[in-house]
Amino acid sequence: MSDHNPVARVLTIDLTHRRFSIDDRTELFAAALGGTGVGIRLLEETCPQGIAATAPDNPIVFAVGPLVGMYPIASKTVAMFKSPHTGNLGESHAGGRSAVSIRMAGYGAIVIRGASDRPVYLVIKAGRVHFRDAAALWGMHTGHTVGRVIRERESGSGYRSIIRIGPAGERGVTYACAIADTYRHFGRLGLGAVFGSKRLKGIVVIGKQTLPVSDPKAYRSVYDDIFSAAISSDLMKKYHDLGTAMNVLPLNEVGALPTKNLQQTRFDKAENISGEALAASVLGRRLACAHCPVACIHLAALRIPHPKEPYFYKTSMVGYDYEPLYALGSMLEIASRNGLLELMDEVEGQGLDVMSAGVVLAWATEAFDRGLVTSAVTDGLTLAWGDHATYIEMVRRIVTQPNDFFRALARGAAYAASIYGGEEFALTFGGNEMPGYHTGPAAHLSFLGGARHSHLDSAGYSIDQEMMATGLSLSPHEIAERLLEEERWRQVLSSLVVCFFSRGLYTPQMVTRALAALGIEFDEQALKRLGTEVLERKHAFKMRNGFDPRTVPVPHRILQTPTPLGMVGEDFLRQGLDHFV
Amino acid sequence: MDRCVGCEACMFACTRRLGYGGIGSSRIQVRSPGGIRRGYVVVVCRACADPSCARVCPTDALERRDGGGVIFHSEACLGCRNCAGACPFGAIPWDEDADRPLICSYCGVCAGYCPYDVIVLEDVADVRP
Repeated sequence: MSDHNPVARVLTIDLTHRRFSIDDRTELFAAALGGTGVGIRLLEETCPQGIAATAPDNPIVFAVGPLVGMYPIASKTVAMFKSPHTGNLGESHAGGRSAVSIRMAGYGAIVIRGASDRPVYLVIKAGRVHFRDAAALWGMHTGHTVGRVIRERESGSGYRSIIRIGPAGERGVTYACAIADTYRHFGRLGLGAVFGSKRLKGIVVIGKQTLPVSDPKAYRSVYDDIFSAAISSDLMKKYHDLGTAMNVLPLNEVGALPTKNLQQTRFDKAENISGEALAASVLGRRLACAHCPVACIHLAALRIPHPKEPYFYKTSMVGYDYEPLYALGSMLEIASRNGLLELMDEVEGQGLDVMSAGVVLAWATEAFDRGLVTSAVTDGLTLAWGDHATYIEMVRRIVTQPNDFFRALARGAAYAASIYGGEEFALTFGGNEMPGYHTGPAAHLSFLGGARHSHLDSAGYSIDQEMMATGLSLSPHEIAERLLEEERWRQVLSSLVVCFFSRGLYTPQMVTRALAALGIEFDEQALKRLGTEVLERKHAFKMRNGFDPRTVPVPHRILQTPTPLGMVGEDFLRQGLDHFV
Repeated sequence: MDRCVGCEACMFACTRRLGYGGIGSSRIQVRSPGGIRRGYVVVVCRACADPSCARVCPTDALERRDGGGVIFHSEACLGCRNCAGACPFGAIPWDEDADRPLICSYCGVCAGYCPYDVIVLEDVADVRP
């Protein structure tokens, strides 16, 4: 690790005793770069075996890496914790201003331990941590308001990141998210509930620094290569123009868009919720994460009429991406664009992971259709596909949890199905709800075997799409090997904390060059060794906490609904899963 | 200005022109005008014809520049922060390490990195009031 460019300091915050310490961990970052690599090691150090995810002992680890603040698109913060949703490895990544702010505040990682006896938010700036009383912010209706209050009260505009939870995190919904800078999320696996269990409402990180480099000329040259590739090549055009929402129509066309709780794979109203239609009718603004010229964040301008007064409106700017459009749109058969945006705004304000929320609502609707739950259980609500107004009310009740049914929904689809039945159509993988790709066996193998049970672990859908395009037929063994190879490389990218959207830019050669210009020697073989090791550590953490790829339940529904590559067989998936052991 | 997406490419370019990473020496700032829901704005010296900052400098460290804006003579600066307070746009960030204002030199490097033509460097023919 270069003396010129230290990203070696770890800030540890003890909420119980309201203390903090700063440690030089040069050796840690030299071995594992940052992000996931450093995060899993800090989790191993600080998370005691066998604890409950909501116990004060469960740490929250945030880690960034050596490219942050130096190169474009190194914009992600990796969070690691024990997940209250799965009881196993919790890992989620968010952009916004979070990564740059943590680095500019002078840290490579932040570890939050213990629990406060009353609500607090933290202000991290100028080498100190301030514990601010958040009692008045606790229980506020939306995370938006909390963000505004903190923003107006604290300094550092333009040099800060504000990470906070909504009511869902306070009330322990196991798939509550933590929201970074209004539009980005530590979405999956329940970081928001871990915040809530610690009575931690939010974190403000503030800083600006000038970072010396060992070879300014080489640094500028590598920078310009990455920057010009990012803005001029086709590599990132997809994310730049329509954003990820551009996936809706192609997936619908091939019959891979999960619809009506995956009873179907095409949504006859997909056009209404497509990236094209949103761009034409409601796209109001585009935004970028700090130090990313791509600006993939798409905001819809949603005009909401006053419930009683005519000629009286407010306008909400609602962030949209492919995953929310799938989870709350096609999965629930919501064809009304404004209705869908209103539901997305509610889920955002409450601070729920949008993907889990959509899949939970889809399970509940099918359970209602089949008579497994009735309006006596739903507290009078009649659940119907496409009824966005009732879904908005459902979301509120999942957070307030007025009865046993909503308390069950607040723990996810797998748990609710274990109480009410319907496990065969509860679309969860390792306890985490399904991403929006029913493309074929590779996607499902990656959801089942991937360390985070996320489409981002190894992008199995892209292997399915390749098989569709070329007619190639891969064995379970071949698919598993390709998924694992991809997942290993992604451990390198997430240790550097470059956005996965830029994986075509940050090739092994480019990463080596970028590091070398900062005085960090890490050749391609060393990078690959790191990726292998990080994935092994994550799998070992999972196995210690009870996960076993040989016995992970396969949701029946994915075997009953044809993919563009035909029916997926359980035997095929099981043979593939043997490689994840 | 209100087309800014908040990518901060300009801020990083400003510090990088000096041979560094980060944003600690940047003369240009990007911030939200009251929350990210309202997008971002770029805040940078607009090279006033009659600059407020120069008029409040007690040591003439800021000298009015032909063509608008100011020239900074750091050896004369006391670090009093009058200039930063006088700029109505808040376009003078502070270098906390050196305790000196970060004064734009109108080099235009930032504009070259703006992917969306939000900022441009223009010659203004006559800016005298």
